Amino acid sequence: MRTPPHAARLVTPAMLMVGLVLATVPLWIAKVGLYPYLGVEILIWSLYALAFNLLLGTAGLPSFGHGAYFGIGAYAFGLFQFNVAANLWLCLGAACLAAAAAGGLVSLFISHRRGIYYAFMTIAFSQIFWVLAVKTHSVTGGEDGLLKIARLPADFGVAAIDLTSNTALYYFVLVVFMLGVVGLWRLTHSPFGRVLSAIRQSETRAAHLGYPVRRYKMAVFTLSAALSGLAGGLFAMAQNSAFPDVMSLHYSGIVVMMVLVGGGLVSFWGPVVGVVVYLIARDVIGAVTNAWMLWFGLLFVAIVLFKPEGIAGAVQSGRAALAPKLRRRSPPLAAAERG
Amino acid sequence: MAMLEARDIHVRFGDRVVLEDISLAVEPGEFHGIMGPNGAGKTTFFNVLTGRVRPSRGTVRIGGEDVTGLSPHAIAARGVARSFQIMTLFDEFTARENVEVALPEFRARGFDGRRAAVGDPAFAAAARAVLAEVGLAEKAETVAKDLPYGDRRALEIAVALAQRPRVLCLDEPTSGLGLDGVTRLAALVAGLKGRLSIVAVEHDMEFLFGLADRISVIHWGQVVAHGLPAELRANPWVRRSNLGRLQ
Repeated sequence: MRTPPHAARLVTPAMLMVGLVLATVPLWIAKVGLYPYLGVEILIWSLYALAFNLLLGTAGLPSFGHGAYFGIGAYAFGLFQFNVAANLWLCLGAACLAAAAAGGLVSLFISHRRGIYYAFMTIAFSQIFWVLAVKTHSVTGGEDGLLKIARLPADFGVAAIDLTSNTALYYFVLVVFMLGVVGLWRLTHSPFGRVLSAIRQSETRAAHLGYPVRRYKMAVFTLSAALSGLAGGLFAMAQNSAFPDVMSLHYSGIVVMMVLVGGGLVSFWGPVVGVVVYLIARDVIGAVTNAWMLWFGLLFVAIVLFKPEGIAGAVQSGRAALAPKLRRRSPPLAAAERG
Repeated sequence: MAMLEARDIHVRFGDRVVLEDISLAVEPGEFHGIMGPNGAGKTTFFNVLTGRVRPSRGTVRIGGEDVTGLSPHAIAARGVARSFQIMTLFDEFTARENVEVALPEFRARGFDGRRAAVGDPAFAAAARAVLAEVGLAEKAETVAKDLPYGDRRALEIAVALAQRPRVLCLDEPTSGLGLDGVTRLAALVAGLKGRLSIVAVEHDMEFLFGLADRISVIHWGQVVAHGLPAELRANPWVRRSNLGRLQ
């Protein structure tokens, strides 16, 4: 990922555009044949995919069992609500912290590994968490899941906003998502992000420049797990329940696929593109045929074969190909800029 | 006191002895050349100095401090920079970004995720100064991957210099360079002499004999000869070997 324009800004024009477009979604989503809950799902998965891509796209760390942290966040949100306090902020904090603790623990065991070994270790640990979720029936409800998780109101002291309707929840999740975007954009282009990118390009070189690579890998894994847990907490709230299936290898694979299809390796926004394409394809193609995954799978294969940089990569190279033509077509403008 | 001192370094991979009791001291500001045939153990010796390989026995001291067995990042943080025989630049970064990430002040803020690295004038100015020193001022914003070979070699040196090292280890700096490139590199290294200690493994004898203050010859994992360039020219081992083919 090369340094994009506006990397130094806290809020970029692209962010404002995305935020504005997303803010209008509840006004028209029903009119195009979709439904408001899909918007909530897209935002939550987008946050999760961005958190995941901090590892894969920025630091180059293949975590193929990331569903574990999403799931732990979901369970933590529910369990905290039932057993400690039914407060939205505390429950989301618990989701973050529980996932960060699990991620931090796992990172201790895997951060000295690279490549395929790293990937396999992440899978192995995610399987442990998944089995725990299924087997500890008294805590997690096992296969039946944790039910009746409430959509708690957003309490601001002076006023509390009810989030039980899908539209209200959508706007709440949108705010969290945008905060996540701002934070991740800044992080990606901070010194920390630059070091992570350096580690992705050459771990050996980064170490010889004096960077304690293992500690960086632990830090970014923990951070990514925490944000995935936050997304998981929102997910538990959205679907009023938490199930072990999001922790399965199958679901962990989906976020990898979303990020790769969207182009997370070359673009900050790639993961969001991938989530939108995946979830809309699921609903639109899924309405026509049960075998929708076959068609999405074919799309995935086509992308890996012909455009491994994903949709965002295709857009980037399309732009690069068009740029000289556009420049040639508008000489007066260029002259005006010079003069 | 020697800036870099390796004493009785012994390295064994399995039952193969790669380095046998190598001792070597480099004074502050000295350019110390290391020569020897392929497979003599020169790169392994470098890997010991920079922490990639832990010696079976022996000690490495930097500025008097024992650093034997420390990890590469800990040794780098103590002022040892190295260039690689096989270039390992950060290919997606521009020349400036490559240099910035090597600056000690950048490293000090490495865990800072709250401020932007891009557009930080302190980093950019320091990086540009280093790039100017190696003749890459014009190419600061070129992506490393797109630089021609000679410029990549120069950038490799710039990245090492950006660390403001006390000891600079150069692993075959002239490899792959044409005559022009070697001349440019020689001028660059000549400018560094006296400012920091340099250890260079090199096959190009003219380059080494022209610049080095002292030279050690490593063969079969041992130092078989060392001394001033003039002394080595007369050394029977050097004269006998192909290495000594000098005008």
